Amino acid sequence: MTDTGAPRKPSLRDRMLGRVQPGGAELTALLEAKTDEGSQEMAPRATTSQGEMRLESGGVLHLPEGVQLDVMDFDVEAPEDESMILNLGPSHPSTHGVLRVMVEIDGETVLRSKPVIGYLHTGMEKTAEELMYHQGSTNVTRMDYLAPFFNELGFCLSVEKLLGVDIPPRAVWIRMLMSEFNRISSHFLWLATNSADLGALNMLVYGWREREMVLAFFEKVTGLRMNHNYFRPGGVAADLPDGWRDDVKALCEAIPLRMDEYDRLLTGQPILQKRLQGVGPLDADTAVSLGVTGPLLRSTGVAWDLRRDQPYLAYDQLDFDVIVGTAGDCWDRYAIRFNEIRESVRIIEQIAEMMPTGDYRVQDKKVTPPPRSRIDESMEALIHHFKLYTEGFRVPVGEAYVPVEGPRGESGCYIVSDGTSRPYRMHMRSASFSNLQAMAPLARGALLADTIAIVSTIDPVLGDVDR
Amino acid sequence: MTEAAAGGPQKSGPAPAPRLHGCPVEGSLGAVVVHCNKADYLDLCRSLKEDGYVMPIGVTGVDYLTHPGRVLPEGIVAERFEVVVELLDLEARRRIRVRCQVPASDARVPTLFGLWPGTEAHERETYDMYGIGFEGHPDPSRILMPDDWEGHPLRKDYATGHVPVQFKEAPK
Repeated sequence: MTDTGAPRKPSLRDRMLGRVQPGGAELTALLEAKTDEGSQEMAPRATTSQGEMRLESGGVLHLPEGVQLDVMDFDVEAPEDESMILNLGPSHPSTHGVLRVMVEIDGETVLRSKPVIGYLHTGMEKTAEELMYHQGSTNVTRMDYLAPFFNELGFCLSVEKLLGVDIPPRAVWIRMLMSEFNRISSHFLWLATNSADLGALNMLVYGWREREMVLAFFEKVTGLRMNHNYFRPGGVAADLPDGWRDDVKALCEAIPLRMDEYDRLLTGQPILQKRLQGVGPLDADTAVSLGVTGPLLRSTGVAWDLRRDQPYLAYDQLDFDVIVGTAGDCWDRYAIRFNEIRESVRIIEQIAEMMPTGDYRVQDKKVTPPPRSRIDESMEALIHHFKLYTEGFRVPVGEAYVPVEGPRGESGCYIVSDGTSRPYRMHMRSASFSNLQAMAPLARGALLADTIAIVSTIDPVLGDVDR
Repeated sequence: MTEAAAGGPQKSGPAPAPRLHGCPVEGSLGAVVVHCNKADYLDLCRSLKEDGYVMPIGVTGVDYLTHPGRVLPEGIVAERFEVVVELLDLEARRRIRVRCQVPASDARVPTLFGLWPGTEAHERETYDMYGIGFEGHPDPSRILMPDDWEGHPLRKDYATGHVPVQFKEAPK
């Protein structure tokens, strides 16, 4: 490499240090005026604004009009020179991905905390604008990778709402079946990792094992263990395979028995109780004003479950209980997820009994492709197939937001359509993203070791947080 | 599939749209949507909170740069950006969506952090993706993109495929 004297392409380090100004000084000035809003990291107290300090120390509750807030009210007594800022993550097993939590600690006590996210941001919402509607579920299924069916479900329901398509009953019930199994597999993984975080390492293996049983069923139905792309606008990709009832029956028999074993293994264990009981309490008002949903909200005593309160699919025909806590601490969140697994088994048993027969997708050839066998014999089917996969289907102008109750809370898809075959805007409201806002209020005054339990029981999935 | 948009864009007929707290309301595929201008945004949201919409579901943005022809109720002038706020009333089990028009020349709206602290991360994300500023936000930094990122990726004039590879010395 010889130095030709031509301007060197700026490296990332150069750009971060501000040594090079790509695009010229004028452009940089223009961009900086709009984009430089400071660091995302937690700053020392001297350089932190009052509002930010209040946010990080968890003082987010509403105040009556006119009441001034003393930021120091929210702080555990600590002189500046005795506290330190510590990074948890982003690469640590207990962060369940790449969550980075910056905490200011005084000895072992957390004074302030701030989740720093974005390490898994892949621009899926931008990608969604480039993909046609029938390709969109491939994209969204990768967001919350532990609950892929719920992403697909939110997306498909939203597209179907814009289209005005009613899907056949069998597709509705297949979707419910898969969703509930997905809730079980997600909670099993949570049970595994949560226990591992708290030192119950044997449960890690059992949790993964049970999840694998459910994933084996998914593989049989959809062809894939994760990222299924099984729910599609207009129904599901394929009918349930032969013998699915036997698999469902076997799972529904095995899971409750195993849950009883884990109940004996974990729930009565004094170490686990000490690590969870009374740790990270959340009250209902804070939870609601933070937009927290799912088990985290229900642990505070707010009985809010979209399956019951704003039913979608055919959940209004099922009989199930909404598990609610009282104290809002980590123990309640543990108990809720634990019992939701049992409740989902109950739901699945009902679904298997009531599963209707019929089509598994709408027979509108403008929305769903014709069966492979028809393409060889019907010109029309070939044309439909060709048109669908080259141009996609057009969706009427409008906007729709459809929420579903995922394992982590409300996950919903907001789609704006401009009448073409690609979404004009696709936004995923992810439960983990909102729930993570509870981190600072929960961690305030807790021990450093407790923040691990708190992160674990918030149960964020970073693919869902960063999208 | 054909009559799906009923209640949405076809609402520009002679009948004046019903109003909520002085802002036009319309139905959009079964959802209740309130439209407002930037000036009414904070007051509208405050009134909605008093109406019982206690939970903030989300705040996001839409850039209507390449889709300017959308139909809005009377009195609402279409601007380039929209801030969309989704709210939930747990008691009455109802939802409402606020669509606020934000001009590109002055892409700033007041923060809702004072009403619902749960809008904090969502507003940061909206800022990060669209460059819409939220005045009074306690921590207006980016949230998903790196601190030194240039531009706002979800804007329609931010092209895909033109971003240089940042993580290694990519050949020119």
